[in-house]
Amino acid sequence: MQPLNRRQMAWRAAQDIEPRSVVNLGMGMPVHVADYLDPKADIFIHSENGVIGAGPVAAPERADPDLVDASSRRITLRAGASIVDSVWSFAMIRGGHIDVTILGAFEVAANGDLANWDMRVPSKGPLVGGAMDLAAGARAVWVIMEHTTRKGGPRLVEACTLPLTGKACVKRLYTDLAVVEATAAGFLVHEMLDGMTREELQARSGAPLAFAPDCRPLAAPPLPDAE
Amino acid sequence: MPIDKRVGSAAEALADVGDGATVLISGFGGAGFPNVLIRGLRERAPKDLTLVVNSATHRYSLTHELIEAGLVRKVVCSAARGRDKELSAFERLWMEGKIELTCLPQGTFAEAIRAGGAGIPAFYTPVGFGTELTEGKEVRRFADRDYVLEHAIKGDLALIRADTSDLYGNLTFRYAQMNFSPAMATAAKLAVAEVRAVADEPIPHERVQLPGVYVDRVVAVGE
Repeated sequence: MQPLNRRQMAWRAAQDIEPRSVVNLGMGMPVHVADYLDPKADIFIHSENGVIGAGPVAAPERADPDLVDASSRRITLRAGASIVDSVWSFAMIRGGHIDVTILGAFEVAANGDLANWDMRVPSKGPLVGGAMDLAAGARAVWVIMEHTTRKGGPRLVEACTLPLTGKACVKRLYTDLAVVEATAAGFLVHEMLDGMTREELQARSGAPLAFAPDCRPLAAPPLPDAE
Repeated sequence: MPIDKRVGSAAEALADVGDGATVLISGFGGAGFPNVLIRGLRERAPKDLTLVVNSATHRYSLTHELIEAGLVRKVVCSAARGRDKELSAFERLWMEGKIELTCLPQGTFAEAIRAGGAGIPAFYTPVGFGTELTEGKEVRRFADRDYVLEHAIKGDLALIRADTSDLYGNLTFRYAQMNFSPAMATAAKLAVAEVRAVADEPIPHERVQLPGVYVDRVVAVGE
């Protein structure tokens, strides 16, 4: 079976969000999670700029330059949404009022250490934004990322080589090959691609994997890949 | 004489800004950038400014004009990466060692400004513990968790954007326009707001989102 594409990874993560959760979605792949939430589940999407209850991106004729999310997208609001200032928005994050944040990552260590803000590109300025606040403050930190780098190197590692965003914060990883939990004892695989062997998944990982007794096949409906 | 915080132009509102000022500039994600005031500040052209601004490179903000004009000595922000292949004005000058940079997690940035306006000199936060951004900062353990000491930020001048003002300087904001504006106004010696319109009648009490006590000057700039 093919590895999941980016939309399928977002779809898979969306299936695990509890109804009525308050969720913050990071830039890149995680924002696509919003497309696969059950409208009846009454989930509120929090955005760092103070929007609580972000809806889909606005149609061009309805777009309002003052109604944006943290990715500068012109959005709509869902019923029951509210807007606060940045101080309150981040107090909400640090205070433990965000149930789940789903972030992109470069590397995650077996103890849950997260590296997702600085690739050490020498010709770029730093961009941390709200990543460290979310890593430290959200009640659960999940990651969506490809299982390996473009060169085939592992992203699930013993210890991060890139600068940390937060220590021991990641609880779950949704990759194109597997659904993995970061536990006190290390990585625990709950789902993996059908037809792939445990040895093959281990070979693509930089830290030891344990497999849950009820480890299941990872599956997602066909979806066009995100651009 | 009754209070009337209206000022006729950005130039008039910024006439007494001097060299070396610390300037807080609002705006996030395309909403709430005080671009008329930023351009007014560039024309006034004070030197050696420290900018406290969430993004040093946001494409909808005119902050880059202050940087390109060589008026800026230091930037305090949470984001300093341009979107284009070519380097942004900030990145170029920073790499040449001509601008100093302090990068903070965005919530720490916001809370430091809040603290600055609220009489709190420093605070402990769990954010960034164990990362490069907090290296060398004092750490203290409360219960079972480590926290980093972060210091308040105060400014000489805040440039903010709101929707409506009244003569008292009470402000309302549209949608996500608020972002850093309220906190920045509280943390600066002089707070100047550009607004879409100044209402003749006082804003209904319960609809005021930032009390005029924090706002010194108001410039109506239209849409």
